Amino acid sequence: MTKDVKERERVVVRFAGDSGDGMQLVGSRFTDATAVLGNDLATLPDFPAEIRAPAGTLAGVSAFQIHFASRDILTPGDRPNVLVAMNPAALKANLGTLEKGGMLIVNEDSFGDNNLKKAGYERNPLEDGSLDDYQLVRVPMTTLTVRATEGIDGLMSKDAQRCKNLFALGLLSWMYGRPTDVSEEWIERKFAAKPAIKAANLAAFRAGYNFGETAELLGVHYEVKAAPAEPGTYRNVNGTTATALGLIAASVRSGLPLFLSSYPITPASELLHELSRHRRFGVRTMQAEDEIAAASIALGASFGGQLGVTSTSGPGLDLKAETIGLAVALELPLVIVDVQRAGPSTGMPTKTEQADLLMAMYGRHGESPLPVVAASTPAQCFEAAIEAVRIAVRYRTPVILLTDTFLANSSEPWRLPEVSELPEIDPAFATEHNTEGGFWPYKRDERLARPWAIPGTPGLQHRIGGLEKQDLTGNISYDPENHERMTRLRAAKVAKVAEDAPPIHVDRVEGAEVLVLGWGSTYGAIAAAVRRVRRGGGKVDQAHLHLLNPLPRDLGELVRSYRKVIVPELNMGQLVKVVRAEYLVDADSVTKVRGLPFFTAELEEAIRERL
Amino acid sequence: MPDVKVNGANGGSPLPTLTKKDFSSDQETRWCPGCGDYAILATVQSVLPELGVPPERTVFVSGIGCAGRFVYYVDTYGIHGIHGRAPAIATGIAVSRPDLSVWVVTGDGDALSIGGNHLIHALRRNVPLRILLFNNQIYGLTKGQYSPTSEQGKITKSTPFGSQDHPFNPIALALGAEASFVARTVDVDRGHVAEVLRAAAAHRGSAFVEIYQNCNVFNDGAFEPVREKGVREANQIRLEHGKPIRFGREGERGVARGADGGLEIVEVAEVGEDALLVHDAKRPDPSLAFELAHLAERPTGPTPIGVFRAVERPVYAEELGRELAEAHRRADAEQLAELLRSGDTWTVPAA
Repeated sequence: MTKDVKERERVVVRFAGDSGDGMQLVGSRFTDATAVLGNDLATLPDFPAEIRAPAGTLAGVSAFQIHFASRDILTPGDRPNVLVAMNPAALKANLGTLEKGGMLIVNEDSFGDNNLKKAGYERNPLEDGSLDDYQLVRVPMTTLTVRATEGIDGLMSKDAQRCKNLFALGLLSWMYGRPTDVSEEWIERKFAAKPAIKAANLAAFRAGYNFGETAELLGVHYEVKAAPAEPGTYRNVNGTTATALGLIAASVRSGLPLFLSSYPITPASELLHELSRHRRFGVRTMQAEDEIAAASIALGASFGGQLGVTSTSGPGLDLKAETIGLAVALELPLVIVDVQRAGPSTGMPTKTEQADLLMAMYGRHGESPLPVVAASTPAQCFEAAIEAVRIAVRYRTPVILLTDTFLANSSEPWRLPEVSELPEIDPAFATEHNTEGGFWPYKRDERLARPWAIPGTPGLQHRIGGLEKQDLTGNISYDPENHERMTRLRAAKVAKVAEDAPPIHVDRVEGAEVLVLGWGSTYGAIAAAVRRVRRGGGKVDQAHLHLLNPLPRDLGELVRSYRKVIVPELNMGQLVKVVRAEYLVDADSVTKVRGLPFFTAELEEAIRERL
Repeated sequence: MPDVKVNGANGGSPLPTLTKKDFSSDQETRWCPGCGDYAILATVQSVLPELGVPPERTVFVSGIGCAGRFVYYVDTYGIHGIHGRAPAIATGIAVSRPDLSVWVVTGDGDALSIGGNHLIHALRRNVPLRILLFNNQIYGLTKGQYSPTSEQGKITKSTPFGSQDHPFNPIALALGAEASFVARTVDVDRGHVAEVLRAAAAHRGSAFVEIYQNCNVFNDGAFEPVREKGVREANQIRLEHGKPIRFGREGERGVARGADGGLEIVEVAEVGEDALLVHDAKRPDPSLAFELAHLAERPTGPTPIGVFRAVERPVYAEELGRELAEAHRRADAEQLAELLRSGDTWTVPAA
């Protein structure tokens, strides 16, 4: 039977199931096949907060959303066009996101009384007409999977049923013409040591694919052509991996061994896990006894002449504040990666938010300024990490790198850079006396950075500490004038970081009098919304900040040149406060604090209302 | 990083050119006149030149409190850190730079109250640190509040009706954290301090040394029975590995195992020399050291000093450090490019 092929410019698919159903795996496999096909894409995993919530319950639902297109796209998509629901709980938890008229593919085998009850359904939604607004496709995935895997030597029936996620992957792969070899090769590799499981997964995947091709249920399938892209080699990457690779690249470029000291905390633990795999690059990871120790150990490593990095999230940043303050006083390089999550306190650990900006900028006692860098997209975490290291090493200062849960978990295609084009980072260790017959640890260079003399260097022994230091010599000083001078010197040094920043890139249209100014992970949603506003005839410019402290030198002039400045943020309005305070500009705030990223549609509306 | 040769605290030979002066900074020492810290500083400065580690390979890290100032007075590399965190900062230094000899100077409030967590974890990991805990049983720098080693009922500014807290026994705490080297000494007893410091310096892994230190302003006389000439001869129980535990002006008293299985103080004349317990600091199980730690809950009478425990166990990440250093040296641009390319990649050709 030949089926119709329809072309689609862009599609959003959401896979949802119980956390034991392997939805993240299906999503990742579908993503890789999509990437290899050459579509532009963006993904968003949505994990349950509980590790092992009771099977079949709403709390245990895990989902993965992918947006792919034949043009460049910027977000994982607001509303899915297709929802795959592996059980009633997954349907209930995710139906609200599906577009009206969208396709709903369910594993009807799982809609028994028990599962319906666990999900809180009184009647079977597949039967009661409540899904009439959608294109409902009922597929007995478990039955078909078990049938497809019959006769495989040594396969237990439980293992056979578990392969139903691969059946779903096969079916969706057929629907959107994804290359099968990418997934099949992955299965071959992954289960090489378990022949029965390998055979079952391959059989389930092929059964799903063939079901699409032959079953009468699905009349059409779709083609989403490759998106035009800059020439180069690409891979799909999430923010966690990009951050890790950026830190490793900075280590190789600087010659400084990378020393990550961290305490487990969601969602930053993933960075600890990722970096722990890279001993081949001399990366040392240490799981400290607490957040404070994690920062202190990293700072000790920096004193020893290594690249000290600590990573955390939420309450962990509160705990590190004291050590970060010490790093400000010691003027040693230290990178603190804060993967922001919803607060206050424990808040919603698996949900995203951008509410640590003011904490990063001001969250220490005393006058203790430090540079703050924020990543804007999953792949951009790579550059942001290198930039954080560059600033830390060049200026001998702690630097906070802000990412967030959304960036950490989302993925997008990344055009691989040439290693030779990455920034040079020179630790420029002090090796000689810098004053008549001695060494002054606080004698600064033209950027106001102090010398970094590491233990083992003869003749440069020195003592530094949290007590206020005399200018130049670093000796303890309570002199009033000296304290004022040192306070101003530390601030001036951090301010100098802005001199390295390139001019702010503004995406302009002719005649725009309104600027949308963002920072961090909202880049994609803002850019997509701005595009839509422009398509509707609205004239609006867009700029996005990567250096948050100090602010770029041309920002004041830029924001003053517009009739209106709109600042969308996933907090109660933090950057907007800074912009208003720094530049006396009546900037307008758009905020959201739901633990979710901005949707393009809601930002589009918010911008339009303010034009 | 410059190419560094491993020159451990214990392995190197004495450098004949080094003297106390090489480890003395030009900073004026500023503790209260009569403070026990002066004696400790002088002994440390006189022992360091013997250890075969030049000043540039020696690092002192301290926390907050009177003891914290120590780092400014030794002409080595040093960090005066934040309250309680010295063991963590020092861990970062020692782990990243195994070629250095790293010392921590801390106090009873710093190490046992605000920094208790870092202390026990450094000890259990067996990070190569020499941790000197100056115990004066009081908060000195904040002008006289009770500390985690002050006796219950202690009357201070913050406890005018007497403290309610049961004190820590620092030796027992270190043993509980599985410290591989645990010792105690007394500030003014310079010969004994030097001996203990040498043993600590020679130890591989964490060496924990409690130093009874008199605060003559806020807690004068706290250690008088084991510190003051004329009485200390009767009360110091000097532990020596492999020797019977006996003490007193004439060695007339000793420690033996009692009928109930616990340790007790005995008259040698009554029980005979053979009944005395022979000290074994190298026993793999810490139970004897723990019993000795509890022989005197407070330094108010006969109190053991010296090395309670000195055992060999793996030093934190020693082998791994060598592997990582080698891997880092080999990592180059080509290897980095290969890492970036790992996983599924695809190529968009130039149009």
